[in-house]
Amino acid sequence: MQLTGSLFTDTNAHYGNDISTFPNFPAEIRAPQGTVAGVSGFKLHFASVDIFTPGDEVEVLVAMNAAALKANVSQLKKGGTIIANTAGFDKKNLRLAKYESDVSPLLDKTLDQFRVVEIDVTKMTKEALANSGLGTKDIDRCKNMFVLGFLLWMYNRSMETTQSFITEKFSKKPDIKDANLTVLKAGYYFGDTNETFTSRYEVESANLPSGEYRSIMGNQAAALGAIVAANKAGLELFYGSYPITPASDILHELARHKNYGVKTFQAEDEIAAICASIGASFGGSLGMTASSGPGIALKGEAMGLAVMLEIPLLIINVQRGGPSTGLPTKTEQSDLMQAMYGRNGEAPLVIVSASHPSDCFDAMVEAVRITVEHMIPAMFMSDGFIANGSEPWSFPKAADISSITPRWADPEKSLSDETYFPFRRNEKLVREWAIPGMENLQHRVGGLEKENETGNVSYDPDNHELMVKIRQEKVDLIANHIPAQEIAQGDESGSVLVLGWGSTYGAIRTAVRDLIKDGHKVSQAHVRYLNPFPKNLEELMSKFDRVLIPEINNGQLVHLINAKYGTGAVPFNKIQGMPFTSREIKEQIKELI
Amino acid sequence: MQNPTTYTAKDFATDQDVRWCPGCGDYSILKQMQSTMAEAGINKKDIVFVSGIGCSSRFPYYMDTYGIHSIHGRATAMASGLKAARPDLSVWVITGDGDSLSIGGNHLIHLLRRNFDLNVLLFNNEIYGLTKGQYSPTSPKGQVTKSTPMGSLDHPFNPQALALGADATFVARTMDRDPKHMREILAAGNAHKGTSLIEIYQNCNVFNDGAFEVFTDKATKAKSTITIREGEPMIYGADSEFGIRLNGMKAEVVSMNDCSADDLWIHDSSDRMKATILSRMFDNNALEGGLPRPFGILYQEDRFRYEDAMKAQLEHAISVKGDGDLDALIQGSHTWTVD
Repeated sequence: MQLTGSLFTDTNAHYGNDISTFPNFPAEIRAPQGTVAGVSGFKLHFASVDIFTPGDEVEVLVAMNAAALKANVSQLKKGGTIIANTAGFDKKNLRLAKYESDVSPLLDKTLDQFRVVEIDVTKMTKEALANSGLGTKDIDRCKNMFVLGFLLWMYNRSMETTQSFITEKFSKKPDIKDANLTVLKAGYYFGDTNETFTSRYEVESANLPSGEYRSIMGNQAAALGAIVAANKAGLELFYGSYPITPASDILHELARHKNYGVKTFQAEDEIAAICASIGASFGGSLGMTASSGPGIALKGEAMGLAVMLEIPLLIINVQRGGPSTGLPTKTEQSDLMQAMYGRNGEAPLVIVSASHPSDCFDAMVEAVRITVEHMIPAMFMSDGFIANGSEPWSFPKAADISSITPRWADPEKSLSDETYFPFRRNEKLVREWAIPGMENLQHRVGGLEKENETGNVSYDPDNHELMVKIRQEKVDLIANHIPAQEIAQGDESGSVLVLGWGSTYGAIRTAVRDLIKDGHKVSQAHVRYLNPFPKNLEELMSKFDRVLIPEINNGQLVHLINAKYGTGAVPFNKIQGMPFTSREIKEQIKELI
Repeated sequence: MQNPTTYTAKDFATDQDVRWCPGCGDYSILKQMQSTMAEAGINKKDIVFVSGIGCSSRFPYYMDTYGIHSIHGRATAMASGLKAARPDLSVWVITGDGDSLSIGGNHLIHLLRRNFDLNVLLFNNEIYGLTKGQYSPTSPKGQVTKSTPMGSLDHPFNPQALALGADATFVARTMDRDPKHMREILAAGNAHKGTSLIEIYQNCNVFNDGAFEVFTDKATKAKSTITIREGEPMIYGADSEFGIRLNGMKAEVVSMNDCSADDLWIHDSSDRMKATILSRMFDNNALEGGLPRPFGILYQEDRFRYEDAMKAQLEHAISVKGDGDLDALIQGSHTWTVD
């Protein structure tokens, strides 16, 4: 076990500071304290370079059995990762570790605040060496290499250092050498095959403002936000989804909360998932669906239908590296154009993005508010980095979240007054929502172009142009109902404004903070509302000599900003499936100052 | 508000002009549907018609109920979500052979296995009509169409066998030219608790005229069709001169001159194996002494509905954990205070 640890350390030292904000682990390895005698285990402590964490908090705990978990879990930081060898959690091990009940801590709720990765390391190692000819004892000794391989994958490290070490150390025992190499690779590939997400948002836990905190992951925050927002709107939440990395955890989280009236539906495919959600919305629920880029592509036609129907529908895109299957376990911000334009015809919808794990909660509530109150589909954008990342969250009280008001049609009024026109609108261009069960408001909606007000099928050329303009204007008018863009850090004017969106928030924040400290006239603004943009965005940008837009893509927000406002904003792009480091951003800003 | 018990078929008509080609089989289906709904006495406010894309999918515009004309192949998925959200509604899916068996094939089979309590009217005309005459997944092999000038190479789907294969709980066949039978089947489908798959042979008189003529023409109908009824022996023919007997797992045509009704296969729609045999009576060779095409309810069973099970889970979760408290949810199980 000590050997495994030092190999991992060597590998990380080899990488040095080249990869910095990304949790970088000059690691401290030590023997477990207070473990049950005779049961081995080890723990790793990772401290990141950019963000300081107190030296005795553990980031990742590898627990080969229940005893190792029991002895060390108290030192694991909230939101930390536990890699648990499930074979070490059988009844015998639970008894040895003196767990009171027979229920494994992996199954009850005691590990809720951590990210638990369960792997049957013992079995995997045996399988990997089934044809090695080695005895049980020798095979068992290799299982640590499986964990090491898995860790190397998780933290994006090469196997090279370890491979050459093994080759050298066991040069005189070729069968042991081969076995160790085989198992190392097996662990590495296990991470790959199981789409274990590798980049995670981390944030300092020191120097937090006073208050009550919990630890929360991005996907979890999005799920909680959805439940709370649906409740605030007085709507039942219907969540239609098809499994995909890295969005599935939202489905898992929601499925745990059926006592909140949440209906989760694991559909047969991405298209069915969104269509079922549209059906639920037509029936008066808050229809919601989620995916990542490839699945969002499949949902495109149905999104267009929702634009035509003008009903609430929340689409979640937890972005990953693309195109096509791309890099499922790596993060990217490359679906912004897809969100803006990825449908046939003129089909604008609302786009709201989250910038750090707990922000997924607030951004979700906002997205739901808009889709419900404006009767228009909205897309909530997150990405793998923040979806799987966790941070301390000074959580709100439910009572402090304002209510959301659907614009219901009134059957009474329709009976006394006149025929119900499903596409008659108010000053926000929002139509009234009539749902089955409402007396006398029977109406038909569909994907064919409809006549203004009546909603009847219409092929009239002028009407089509009118409807296209109305659907666009409806989005534009939402700018009157969202907060003005704020400067997150720095003065309202100056040399460089760093404008970001989504998960680049943390890295930009650190970079700008440091440069302000050094006396530079640099400011940060982070855009949550991407369609429509806040009304004051153009003016806000105009107060700076230069605008820098860092993105984990080939330049998408910068394209939208420059096309709309002619700002001449400067792109800064990284497309490696990894987040920016603050140092990279800092250096880029310096070039512009 | 009108009392649903006083509805007539006319109460279900809308102010929209019906736009199908003159002579289309769809008119008959619309008429029987309106009559069936009037007889069912369900309040119009509680009925939803959901369609995909294709000629038949214009249907919801002509029913004065709630309706969604959705996208190609997805009506079944849309209806699944609607029924999950609103188990109280009477939901009808209107789809065609291309819509449900080609582009929407996946959603159809998953709907059938989940067994939402809703009704699927599969208008089968063995052709793509809206796109002007390409062969469909039910067109017979060798059919010459615009996209198959040398004849189609596809082996066709057998919708009844497909539905049985997907574990549908109500599988029936009827035809546009037999309004009385259609109303009977529509009413039975409506009464069935679970997904009712009702295949309706529907003549496209523009692009595939006469596809089902052998089953509708007076000269051939009696010999090439059999109307199956629960508990009744399988007898058919203009003068009830033919019967069907089961010889082991094999169905065979017998002459009633040689047999009595007691020797015949008695229709039992709860028997899945026999339903499979009925679904495979699909060879189109009745005029040459082969088996006739069965019309009626081939199979029916009572199985749990997805929406009921979903509701039960929610109720169970509430009984165990209590009604969800938002603050408890937001707070989670572990918190700490920073001073």
